[in-house]
Amino acid sequence: MTAVAYVEVGDRPIKAINDDIRAAIAAGNEVVVTNTLSRHNLGIGLPDGAKVRFEGSVGYYCGGLNNGAHIEITRDAGWGLGEAMAAGEILVEGYVGMSAGASMRGGLIHVRGDAGPRCGVAMKGGDIIVEGRIGYLSGFMAHAGRIIALGGAGDACADSLWGGEVWVAGPIASLGVDTKVVEPEPAEVEAVEKLLASRGLDDAGRDWKKIVSAQKLWYFDSRDSRAWLMI
Amino acid sequence: MADDLNDREYPFGPPDEDVVAFGDGAVPGRPAGVPSSYDRGKSPRWTPEAIADAHAVAQLGRYQIRGFSTFNTRFPTLDDLVFVPATMTRLPLEGYRESCDTKTVLGDRPGLVEQPIELDIPIYIASMSFGALSASAKAALGYGATKVGTMTCTGEGGMLEDEREASKILVYQMTPSRYMLDLEHLRMADGIEIVVGQGAKPGTGGVLLGMKIPERVASMRTLPVGVDQRSTVRHPDFLGADDLKVKIEELREATGYQVPIFVKMGATRPRWDVAIAAKAGADVIVLDGAEGGTGASPELLLDHTGIPTMSAIPAAREALEEAGLADEVKLVAAGGIRSGADAAKCLALGADCVMIGFAALMALGCNSPRYLDDYEALGTSPGRCHHCHTGRCPVGITTQDPELEQRMDVAAGAERVARLLTAWTMEISLLAKACGKSSVHNLEKEDLRALSLEASAFTGVPLAGIDRPYTW
Repeated sequence: MTAVAYVEVGDRPIKAINDDIRAAIAAGNEVVVTNTLSRHNLGIGLPDGAKVRFEGSVGYYCGGLNNGAHIEITRDAGWGLGEAMAAGEILVEGYVGMSAGASMRGGLIHVRGDAGPRCGVAMKGGDIIVEGRIGYLSGFMAHAGRIIALGGAGDACADSLWGGEVWVAGPIASLGVDTKVVEPEPAEVEAVEKLLASRGLDDAGRDWKKIVSAQKLWYFDSRDSRAWLMI
Repeated sequence: MADDLNDREYPFGPPDEDVVAFGDGAVPGRPAGVPSSYDRGKSPRWTPEAIADAHAVAQLGRYQIRGFSTFNTRFPTLDDLVFVPATMTRLPLEGYRESCDTKTVLGDRPGLVEQPIELDIPIYIASMSFGALSASAKAALGYGATKVGTMTCTGEGGMLEDEREASKILVYQMTPSRYMLDLEHLRMADGIEIVVGQGAKPGTGGVLLGMKIPERVASMRTLPVGVDQRSTVRHPDFLGADDLKVKIEELREATGYQVPIFVKMGATRPRWDVAIAAKAGADVIVLDGAEGGTGASPELLLDHTGIPTMSAIPAAREALEEAGLADEVKLVAAGGIRSGADAAKCLALGADCVMIGFAALMALGCNSPRYLDDYEALGTSPGRCHHCHTGRCPVGITTQDPELEQRMDVAAGAERVARLLTAWTMEISLLAKACGKSSVHNLEKEDLRALSLEASAFTGVPLAGIDRPYTW
């Protein structure tokens, strides 16, 4: 049976807090972090296999550069939640601020509430599930991966995607530039529903809009190698 | 984007493409828009270049893109400054015999960084991405820099194994696009450079045209093969200085406070920008003047944005002093540095170190007179080539074409880079010793005089002879 280690945040230096978290993980414990006070930079670069629960709200970049840890936040999270994470899982019971999952490359972020603007900005892999609504410019210039919003989307949804997919059930305020809404294949819908079911979010009745890149911004207009050579 | 502007139709149907391309009555094989195809004009305003540019964009329907650096002839050069070596007021050191310290330490902010970067020379190789450069060129730069005890920087395309292997000291560059940002790569780096801008095109993200995005580059950047990559300019997860401060702390947490954090910016308002970056917690500020090079940029940004390196350095130095951080934050200057003399002048103006891009590429063989047919196919010739954006680099440096890349001999290129860095370091220390300095870092503004009102006004360096800076 895994032991649970408690780490108190309070007004202690961030380095000391993260050192304690890392030490507790290295000793084989599950970690519960208390009195989080929305501090920034909690739980950065956590290793594969770690389990950390933040009891309360956290500030910027919580779970940033996650390398495979399972992270739970019992209230809200600030900007850049799980930014650049490569693997693992982050569950937020409340809401998240701007740029959740920015440039993430793998793993899963699951937000029970709403997500702020630029959710999944520049993401390069993995999945983001938001049970509420995703803010404006969500998916901006994402390269790959999947954003799944169950409660609708704000303005400029999926703006300037390179690749990847934004799935929205519920109203979309407006689509971003260079996007198109495509009819998802039954197998794709099944995969998304299966992922959602694995998170306890069964609902066969959702009306999905799958948004992908229209690929017009992939190339300059008048693309012609002879023209490039003229300059 | 203006892509939707072309959706409307003419009442008379689309014109014939041959005629749009000035194909009617033109000299065969001489397309309009090539400057060399016109006799020299006499208008000081409608120069042949201005006419050619209007012709070119009238055909292309978009701005021109090219590599290299600014062609704006109004930029001052460091040739407007000269050193005034020791004479009666001070004593010179023996230029050929006495020693002069060239060791350069970056990121030695007291108590913050476990492993500051120690370079044997005050010059290192600028961030140029794998993608913009071939893997062979990246490796050659790394081996050459390592041989003389200095470092390279990854550029925005992620960490290339070839470069990590070649460069004993390697700075990992974190650009807004965050291509292949990986915790392990951060931890393998000897420093991390957060980019908020570059001198060649401040306020604009990187450009890498589809011709330079084959499978290996595409997979490192998570991009479709062959797209015209135009990178983001704003970071995805921080906006202002307050956020940058938190971001810097995050990177320190991720790397265990081991390595210094650099912030790189283009020179626009250095007096304010540098102060803000220093107060946000950067260990090293890299200030890239408008003469800085690039693999590809909208041409107008090269020629019409940013301020000269020469003018930016003293402003940055003053900003650090006013902020009370001059002893803690190191200043690296870059942008159009062409010789040891240029580098020495940058140090004297207030830089702690200089960073070179195109100068190192010149050592690799950029613009060298070989493979003349391939230069000609690009419409250029050795000494004038600025066609990095095409990926058709005749000497194999700024290309991803395997055949062209073979022309980039890694060992020979590394050796030439090492020799150039050695020669420049000798040049810098020769000037320092003539000025009576036992360390290149003791060069100061007082060791310089300006040859032009403009150079004096930009830098605060006293005018030659009269010994007072031009003021108003």
